[in-house]
Amino acid sequence: MFGAALIVFRETLEAALFVGIIAAATRGLAGRSRWLGAGIGVGVLGAVALALLAEWIGQWADGIGQDLVNVGILCFALAMLLWHCVHGAANGRDTAIGARQLGASVGSGGRPPWALFVAVALAVLREGAETVLFIAGYATGSGSHTASTLLGGALGLAAGALTGVVMYAGLSRIPMHRLFKVTNLLIALLAAAIASQLARALLQAGLVERWAAPVWDSSPLLPTDSAPGALLHALIGYDAQPSGLQLLFYGATLVVILFGSRLAATAAPSRTAAGAA
Amino acid sequence: MFGKLSTGLIALFLVSAAVAAAPEQLLVIKNHRFEPAEFKVPAGQRIRLVVHNQDSTPEEFESKPMNREKVVAAGAKATIFIGPLKAGRYDFVGEYNESTAKGTVVVE
Repeated sequence: MFGAALIVFRETLEAALFVGIIAAATRGLAGRSRWLGAGIGVGVLGAVALALLAEWIGQWADGIGQDLVNVGILCFALAMLLWHCVHGAANGRDTAIGARQLGASVGSGGRPPWALFVAVALAVLREGAETVLFIAGYATGSGSHTASTLLGGALGLAAGALTGVVMYAGLSRIPMHRLFKVTNLLIALLAAAIASQLARALLQAGLVERWAAPVWDSSPLLPTDSAPGALLHALIGYDAQPSGLQLLFYGATLVVILFGSRLAATAAPSRTAAGAA
Repeated sequence: MFGKLSTGLIALFLVSAAVAAAPEQLLVIKNHRFEPAEFKVPAGQRIRLVVHNQDSTPEEFESKPMNREKVVAAGAKATIFIGPLKAGRYDFVGEYNESTAKGTVVVE
């Protein structure tokens, strides 16, 4: 039971932290909970569908089907976060601020940062599919302990969700005028972490051959499977032995966000003003 | 003539050509154990690892030192590319049965 709880906790940690950060980033936005709930719901449904199809997908393209699906999901999620950070940076943030200043009356005027909610659905989808596959496999397999697997899974899920809630509660303590600077930074790092995972998936699937060797090894200092290592992995994409390709993707994402959002902010100041008004 | 289909076919050919180039190692999961639990591969070369899960439960192949993780459904085969690696020992586990599913890639 404890083993099942730990496995499910590990699988859900990343998605839970992701949801916690997005929840904080959209604080004060009218209809936020509904959008977030819809994102999680769609993600869970997709996860169940993906788990049901796992065996079939796994056989695609000579056994790399799962990686191809992962690459697709990661690309989509990365595109959503980049879109939000670059195009929506000023726009989305000011929408949230505007919604708060004007109170509930903004409901119809405030455009929700939909890219973030799509990214939430994708995070839940990706992490959820493995959890569903694990639970379904061990709760129904012959000679397995159905009750203990289900109970362990529920405990792990609860622990993962609690971590997300703690993340949200922690971020909520930050004063409003600084909160979005923090959440924007966190979202940029999440995007870089997703890019790094994308690089790893491409290497694992054999689609890219170059820069596969690890650039450093910090596992004696901070192993990825330790508690702080796992937390940092989920939050900022920490890897004890990152390949060159991962670092390249990670760095490129941060550069694109940094310069892209500056460029977008200077190119369209009128739109930003209009969004805040 | 040369529409999306042929582009797709060319891409597929390139992928399968790249896939075929790497030497292959079969790794069987049976009774929550890896067979072989230890195997040798040449250093500095990419290896195509084919993991065949013969159990009735899913398993997740995971290796922190090789930076790989992949779920293999019950009865399914999955391909994982590892390396090129430097000489040394690289441990891997089946995350869902860590107490029994353990193995090592010896690179030399």
